[in-house]
Amino acid sequence: MTFTPLLAAAGGTSARLLQLSSVDLMIIVIYFAVVLGIGFYLRKFASTGEDFFMAGRKMTAWIAGLSFISANLSSLETMGWSAMAYQYGMLGAHAYLIGAIPAILFLAVVMMPFYYICKTHSVPGYLKLRYGEGPRCIAGISFTFMTVMVSGASMFAMAKILNLLLGWNMDVSIWVSSLTVAIYVTLGGLLSAVFNEVLQYFLIWAGSLLIPILGIIHAGGWNKMMATIQQNAKVIHPTVGNADFTSLWRNLGSFDTNPMGIDWFGMVFGLGLAVSFGYWCTDFLQVQRVIVAKDLRSAQNGTIIGAMLKMLVPLIVTIPGLLGLAVLLNPDGSPMVLVPESDPRAGITNRTFNDVLPLLMGQYLGPGLLGLGVTAMIAGFMSGMAGNISAFATVWTHDVYRPLLNRNADDQHYLKMGRWSSLIGVLISIATAYALFFFSNILEYLQVLVFFFIVPLFGAILLGMLWKRATPAGGFWGFLSAILVSIAMWAYVHTFPDGWRPQPKITLSSGAVVNLEKGADGTVARIVVESGKVDLVNVPVPARPGQPGSVGGSVSSFTVKEGAVVLPAATMEKNGEVKVQVLAPEVVLADSKQTSKFGVAGVALVLKPGVQVQSTEITRKFAPAAFNKQHAKLIAMSEKAQPMAVNMYSAWWSFVVCVSVTFLVSLFTKPKPEAELKNLVMGLTTLPDEGPCPWHKKPILWAAVVAVVLVAVNIIFW
Amino acid sequence: MEQEKQIPIWFFIGTLLAVYGVLIVGSGIYGWLNPPEHKVALWEYHADLWWGILLVILGLVYVAKYRPSRKTADGEKKT
Repeated sequence: MTFTPLLAAAGGTSARLLQLSSVDLMIIVIYFAVVLGIGFYLRKFASTGEDFFMAGRKMTAWIAGLSFISANLSSLETMGWSAMAYQYGMLGAHAYLIGAIPAILFLAVVMMPFYYICKTHSVPGYLKLRYGEGPRCIAGISFTFMTVMVSGASMFAMAKILNLLLGWNMDVSIWVSSLTVAIYVTLGGLLSAVFNEVLQYFLIWAGSLLIPILGIIHAGGWNKMMATIQQNAKVIHPTVGNADFTSLWRNLGSFDTNPMGIDWFGMVFGLGLAVSFGYWCTDFLQVQRVIVAKDLRSAQNGTIIGAMLKMLVPLIVTIPGLLGLAVLLNPDGSPMVLVPESDPRAGITNRTFNDVLPLLMGQYLGPGLLGLGVTAMIAGFMSGMAGNISAFATVWTHDVYRPLLNRNADDQHYLKMGRWSSLIGVLISIATAYALFFFSNILEYLQVLVFFFIVPLFGAILLGMLWKRATPAGGFWGFLSAILVSIAMWAYVHTFPDGWRPQPKITLSSGAVVNLEKGADGTVARIVVESGKVDLVNVPVPARPGQPGSVGGSVSSFTVKEGAVVLPAATMEKNGEVKVQVLAPEVVLADSKQTSKFGVAGVALVLKPGVQVQSTEITRKFAPAAFNKQHAKLIAMSEKAQPMAVNMYSAWWSFVVCVSVTFLVSLFTKPKPEAELKNLVMGLTTLPDEGPCPWHKKPILWAAVVAVVLVAVNIIFW
Repeated sequence: MEQEKQIPIWFFIGTLLAVYGVLIVGSGIYGWLNPPEHKVALWEYHADLWWGILLVILGLVYVAKYRPSRKTADGEKKT
């Protein structure tokens, strides 16, 4: 669920973080050989549509559960949430606790019987049975679009990250990984995807668990690590240095007492209810993994096993993020400061939050172990892609192609369509990945796109399952109105009627010659550019001989002719003074003639004659990268709310709108006859007799155990 | 007609873990005998050795438990 920041991180630096040895490469090559071999082997077991799309509906509880959780545990997830833990401390673990476990248990105990007994091929398929074609078409088309987009984004991210970490060619990364996925999914369908997901789960643990073990030893034990984190947080995160980085709930009393800028209501109802239930209960990529179990009890127990496994993930995700605050040190012993993407030092003098996991890998994993860690990373990316492609093939064939284009073909025809759509899905993903080279801003939209659909989908399905009076018209209008409200809220918080201006920034071109004038404390006090080019964004240009001063117009270029032009260290914007960022990715120092790089903010810059200047003035009415605090206040009920809080509150309101509209419209429209709702709605569904069930296999028992453990973990780390 | 029994996924996992374990142990022994110039943190714990051995043991347990038999008597497929 978190890829945008990673991509930004991947773009900014050239030095490799990790160096692989021959044994590491051998481990990676063996992985590719094994997954391809599994694909070819499983081809003979995917001879019918049911085999290809539903893996023959014969998965055991453990395989279903491992696949269910593995489909979610992509490398973007592990790297992204490690970065979150580095940025937000223990709060990052909520994604694996209240942000997942209640929803997974609800899926297992309440929703799974309906999904399973109605024998639907997909979540949109359930919508068709319950509400009719309208909601199914919206869900089917939006899902197919999103899955290939996300799959393409995943490929792009993998290529970028492997390029950053290992220096690998991006084209090779994209084509080798996507063709491997195409081969094994096209041959073996869902069965192949599930096999590789289970394999990936073991690889991720084998490749990642050593990092927290060694890291905690290195930090001097758990208590010492926590004490060091609180101490280092003041240096690493000075703006929130007094916040408690080591607790889950103590600091959620208000928006400004925690590093995430969210309060307990947003966390519980936004993340814990709307987003979490939307994702885990109705995202078909997840649900598909467990509705293919061999019987209902296995489907339920598999989901609960998934919940247990999910609660373990913080060991290899949250703890490494926390360790980054404690054990990543500079050569002089001071804490290494990783920065957000927006920081002028990002990718130039400082690594970013998203580098925390690779940095720890490089710190602790020697030859062999590093290969295993990188293989786990590649496996995570590839199984994520395979999951998306197999879900795309199913929904495309059964919820778009079959109802809209060819209703009456035989099973072999749909099987062939499934294989072709897998291949075409990969090709569209590759096209998406290449499009992102040129339009990486798409990612900002793509990330929120997922939330536009899954939360309304959950609202519509929840009422459909629990309330037999919910009508097809109610479901359709509730679903559609919540999608529109989600989009409207998102657009509203990114709209700036008075205009939004990006932070003023000066970029020195490669090869520019500079002189750094330092103050008494050794920090850079003034930068003199002797020659080269500079790009200015929203930096006012003072008057110079023969030309009046300006704030740029739109775009203007000139060469400094005589005298020197002094650019300010800060500019006055509507909300007060803003420091000018100065980025110098590769410059030459005038005194030593050595190449250097730096990124600073709030330092005056002097341009000597001969320096070429391009000045651009940017003001936007709509900016997805920024959010309007005045508008956000209406959604999150506080001006102090940060973007994460606004997203969670938006999800909550979307859920409320969906449920309210579905309820109100249903009151005034005609419900379906009860005979048509059999096996779809609570009260009209008979559970199948699956024979005697020993106590230790009862889903409700294990759901209760997991719930108790969840409560205990939250109390321990309160 | 008898249907071929599917090799359990656990067998593939066990094989892969065992092979990886052997490679990592081998690399660890080589590193122990020829200490690198730039050592990773906590190198003295030789994590590659004991982690590799753990992977080999785990892998072999899975291989032994789930090694495939040729065909089922009743043609039933299992995953």
